[in-house]
Amino acid sequence: VNWSLFFDLTVSGLTLGSLYALIALGYSMVYGILKLLNFAHGDVYMIGAFIGWFVLHGLGGPTNPPVSGAAVLVAMFNVAMLGCGVLGVAIERFAYRPLRNAPRIAPLISALGVSIFLQNSALLLFGAQFRDYGTFDLIGVKTYNVGQLFFSVPQLLTIVAALALMVALTVFVSRARLGKAMRSTSFDREAASMMGIDVDRVISVTFFIGSALAGAAGVMFGLVFGQIYHFMGFIAGLKGFTAAVIGGIGSIPGAMVGGLIVGLAESYATGYLPQGSTFQNLYVFALLILVILIRPSGLFGQAVIQKA
Amino acid sequence: MATGGRQDFPTPVDAPDAHAPRIGVDEWVASVDAKRERYAGLMGPILRAWDQLPQWGRVLLFAAPAALFPLVTSQGNLFRYGLFTLVYALLAIGLNVVVGFAGLLDLGYIAFFGCGAYLYAILASPQFGHHWQAEAAIPVVVLATAFIGFLVGLPSRRVVGDYLAILTLFFGQAFVVFVNNANRIDFPFVGHVDLTGGSNGIANIDVFNFFGYQLNSTTQQYYLLLILIALTLILLGFVNDSRTGRAWRALREDPLAAEVMSIPVNRLKLLAFTFGAAIAGFTGAIYGMIATAALPGDYDVGLLITIYAIMILGGFGSMIGIVVGAIIVSSVPELLRSSANARPLFYGAILLVLLIKLRPWKRLAAVLVGLIAFGFAVHAIAAAAYPRLVDGNVVGSGFFSRALDHWMLFPKSPEKIADVAYILLIASIVVFPQLSLMWRTILLPPLLYSVMFVWENLLLLQINGATRLILLGALLVALMIARPQGLFGKAYVEIV
Repeated sequence: VNWSLFFDLTVSGLTLGSLYALIALGYSMVYGILKLLNFAHGDVYMIGAFIGWFVLHGLGGPTNPPVSGAAVLVAMFNVAMLGCGVLGVAIERFAYRPLRNAPRIAPLISALGVSIFLQNSALLLFGAQFRDYGTFDLIGVKTYNVGQLFFSVPQLLTIVAALALMVALTVFVSRARLGKAMRSTSFDREAASMMGIDVDRVISVTFFIGSALAGAAGVMFGLVFGQIYHFMGFIAGLKGFTAAVIGGIGSIPGAMVGGLIVGLAESYATGYLPQGSTFQNLYVFALLILVILIRPSGLFGQAVIQKA
Repeated sequence: MATGGRQDFPTPVDAPDAHAPRIGVDEWVASVDAKRERYAGLMGPILRAWDQLPQWGRVLLFAAPAALFPLVTSQGNLFRYGLFTLVYALLAIGLNVVVGFAGLLDLGYIAFFGCGAYLYAILASPQFGHHWQAEAAIPVVVLATAFIGFLVGLPSRRVVGDYLAILTLFFGQAFVVFVNNANRIDFPFVGHVDLTGGSNGIANIDVFNFFGYQLNSTTQQYYLLLILIALTLILLGFVNDSRTGRAWRALREDPLAAEVMSIPVNRLKLLAFTFGAAIAGFTGAIYGMIATAALPGDYDVGLLITIYAIMILGGFGSMIGIVVGAIIVSSVPELLRSSANARPLFYGAILLVLLIKLRPWKRLAAVLVGLIAFGFAVHAIAAAAYPRLVDGNVVGSGFFSRALDHWMLFPKSPEKIADVAYILLIASIVVFPQLSLMWRTILLPPLLYSVMFVWENLLLLQINGATRLILLGALLVALMIARPQGLFGKAYVEIV
């Protein structure tokens, strides 16, 4: 067995997995509350990557940042998360809220519309070319290792930051007042509103948090893979959704575990399965279909009794 | 949504509003109510005559003008516009069986279309050297696609709702990945076979050859498609009224109740999937023949969204609506192709929305006068203070363009300014509905002016690229908000 290949794949799988987990969280939280597949989520992630790029280049570019690289990184993450959060709230307000009582398919189509709109707006404004993050100029090429696992700085940063965000989210949802309101709203929206919870506000906060996490994931993608483009949101959104479904949609720990599973599966598929680097996405989708067929509610989801 | 004015009471969460489904009214009562309302007005006699027309008569009413179309247009137009409209229409009609009749959200539908095209390409092109006659190839293609549809439909017995949507979406994606890379697969026992030509696709597909009679000209292909659509519409009209059609509708409205009423739910779901896939496969074979090539990029999400837009625009379950939707969706990009057409279309649409939304007419007049005055004021200030803002060139050279040049800002190098204006514009459009009525009236002229600024300096310049899709996306969102059931669809009635 080629152990060094295995460890490399594990590291890249963990990195990808953290990204997917962050995207999946947004899907999962929104679905938990609104029962809406937010197709525009992947494009919010793409916008996040572009905001990060503009902050980086607005501050002087990767080769000679005026302040330390760490400060630039902090600024990139903060602005991207804030911008995406606001974008998410705006999308909800404009495209989904008027449709809250419409038949189920209407918000879905509206979400598709928002997705096309964002994607092509990015094409219009930023052009079709790839944009380079220039990560190595910014943070250098050092690697750290934990035993046999060698991490590059962006990979380490991604995994640690994603972990920190997920811990913060878990604490928020389980402890904070607003987090409790979120849980009760997702459990039963009507009952929650009768108990005096401002459901509209809870939904806005959910969109803000979910989109902010997607924005962070976008910046991480730029740092790890170096290049961003206007179409990157679609496939990442699909993977994030896969992760959410595998973990059990609506469940927050499920989204995290699902993300890691999808990331690792993709990475190992690339390395070990026949034609892996071509058909990696097919293998991931096959995994998803398998999970849906065997356990439709996902790993952490509870089987829902259908109500009429 | 609050309609104007400040509200002193917080709106309760699921407050019934104008867009909400009426509770406790069933389909039949609702349709009777709707008819009584419709027959009252000026259009009453026409609508009544329309309702009394049998299905084949309605189809004929649409088919007759369409049959005259090749006589009045060039071969190029007929190919680019006529054939594609018909292909879209036929595809949307098939999708309507799955989504509109049976209520199964199938996001992998385009893959069946692709299967049809690729299967026909394999049977009748130089790729493998087979050149089957159409009367042999088409049944094989249709049956094979129907079988694939059956297989993909199998999970629908267990997987419902959004999960089914996502599963089929992945099937569609898997299809695209597969045909893009299938030239590199080594099959067991057979060895290396170039099945799909990879990203180059399969070229030089044969035209249909029925018993030695070749459909060479575009006109012949057009009439073939037209006849097929007419037949399919009539056939589906019968299916819709049949026992199966009624069962599908029951399934769509409430799967659980349908099952309790001993409707064979699983068999009906599979039937819908198979039926839809067969139509898509057939259309795919025709498309392969028309395009003379099967390319993987043609069967991606873009087409899926187009077809869904057609179906939604027309209204779920309404077949005539779908034909109209297909005409609209394929006409709009065609009309937007040149900036000479795009400009009146865009301003016309804006004016129409203003006419509908701004009442009483004094408000409309105030806004329009305000807009014109605002434009001249901005132009005068800019010309005095920053001449660079008005030095640029206007698109076109007609009277309207020259007039616009004296009123609208055209910066020397519009790229940066227009980009920023675009982002600001989207932000203000999002914020705008939250304002009170007075502020909305006051701020409408500047908002309209910035819409026109962005349109003239950014969108119009990329009319063949991103703009058309941006408009499509915005149209979908706006349509869903204004009329979730589509143009011709019946208002959805939910029984709680």
